Amino acid sequence: METLRCEKLWKTFEGTYALADSTMEFSSNGVTAIMGPNGAGKTTLLNVLTGFIRPDSGRCYLNSQDITGLPPYRIARLGMARTFQNLRLIQEVTVLENVMLARPNQRGERLFPALLRFGVADDESRNLEAAMRLLHLARLEEKASTNAGELSYGQQKILTLACCLATEARVLLLDEPVAGVDPIMTAEILRLLGRLRDMGKLVIFAEHDVAAVRQAADLVIVMDEGKVIAEGPPAEVLGRREIIEAYLA
Amino acid sequence: MVILVEIYTILAVSLDLLAGQLGILSVAQAAFYGLGAYTSALLVTKVGASFLMGVFAGMVVAAAMSLIVSFPSLRLHDDYFVIATFGFQIILFSVFNNWMSLTNGPMGIPGIPQPTILGRVIRTHSQFLVLASLFVALAYFVVWRLSTSPFGRVLRAIREDEVLAQSVGKNTLRFKVVAFAVSAALAASAGSLYAHYITFIDPTSFTAMESILIISMVIIGGTGGRWGPAIGAAVLVTLPEALRFVGLPNSVAANLRQIFYGTLLVIMMMFRPRGIAGRYGFNR
Repeated sequence: METLRCEKLWKTFEGTYALADSTMEFSSNGVTAIMGPNGAGKTTLLNVLTGFIRPDSGRCYLNSQDITGLPPYRIARLGMARTFQNLRLIQEVTVLENVMLARPNQRGERLFPALLRFGVADDESRNLEAAMRLLHLARLEEKASTNAGELSYGQQKILTLACCLATEARVLLLDEPVAGVDPIMTAEILRLLGRLRDMGKLVIFAEHDVAAVRQAADLVIVMDEGKVIAEGPPAEVLGRREIIEAYLA
Repeated sequence: MVILVEIYTILAVSLDLLAGQLGILSVAQAAFYGLGAYTSALLVTKVGASFLMGVFAGMVVAAAMSLIVSFPSLRLHDDYFVIATFGFQIILFSVFNNWMSLTNGPMGIPGIPQPTILGRVIRTHSQFLVLASLFVALAYFVVWRLSTSPFGRVLRAIREDEVLAQSVGKNTLRFKVVAFAVSAALAASAGSLYAHYITFIDPTSFTAMESILIISMVIIGGTGGRWGPAIGAAVLVTLPEALRFVGLPNSVAANLRQIFYGTLLVIMMMFRPRGIAGRYGFNR
């Protein structure tokens, strides 16, 4: 089982608190949604957990290993991958290449194997197989040789998820996975989140869409001004009138 | 002349690994070119090393020296990296020019022997042409292998979106440092070739202007494609000779040439930013 924990995280941006004494614990028992108004600190939390931003103080632990202050690529290699709110994909190359890029420990990424090609072809074909399996899971197989930039917005979102999975991450942090996506693709993405949970992955996503959170999350954390203000099963938390009125209306 | 085109092709190919794949520019290509030339010239004339040992040593020295620039400055934004390479270029030129006891300063190193390979002296023009072509082939081979491998895939990912590359577990600094070292080593191989071809070197061949000439070749030829660097090198090496036929007095012609280069670069950037045979533009 995977666990992710952060203790007493503080982060300020020019005097405003993005994170104020945030302490949270996640485990792979279910899908966790992080909600809250814009500026509540959701994205900052994901950035701190994945090493893109250093917290002012506090610590993060992945499976009880201290990961605070590690560079993003090290954290990714420890098995935690993320998506970004603004899609990050390489638009001009194919869907398949995007997934292949994300595969870990590639032989052909080292200088001398790349030059001399010892065992690189075998490694590439293994990575190709793994990438095609993921595209099958994401239902993007037929788009494998299409340029990523030509996919619909929803398909691009699901592709970023496939790229995360390609890193063989066991912990996935998704920043607004269904924001701006049409209902059919939203259902598709939420279905995928459920499958990932069943595969034993720890899934956390930041999202505004209440319906999506109700449908996909097993646990909801509501943040405001960098603090956790409510926590619990969606039916309970999202039923509280003060939460709906103050933060989600 | 053809041999000079070949030497500059190697330099342009070496820079294209950075400009075409990684999307960064280096203004230190002439410094590594000089490092290769001086290392092999000194080893061969003073220690009596063989030509190939000189070439190899030059490449190793250049790759090692490249780390001095790349480790601290590749962490920074691309623009600062360009400035750091420019600084390195200026420093190395001063070293070539002022370290009298080693480099003989502005007087240069005369009497560099013609290359000897496996006991055979490369004496005639056509023999040298074959040798230079082999060096060009080596540079092309290295850059082609790297850019068509997963290594190249990561370089292009860094060019498009470095944050993405980091987020999927790529140590982007390592890739940039390695690519820069390979580029430096290839530029150094051109330097050794040059030293043994002309048989005399002095610091004026390795100035910042020379670096800018190499950048111009890559821009005019085009980055990321196969023939861009060779076309750029051919155009910019033969152009001054072609201009000579216009029949202007030498003092005017030299200045006119600079103006002509400048105009050509501006026209290229305006109407064809990807160069004659390039795949990517600089308009990021």
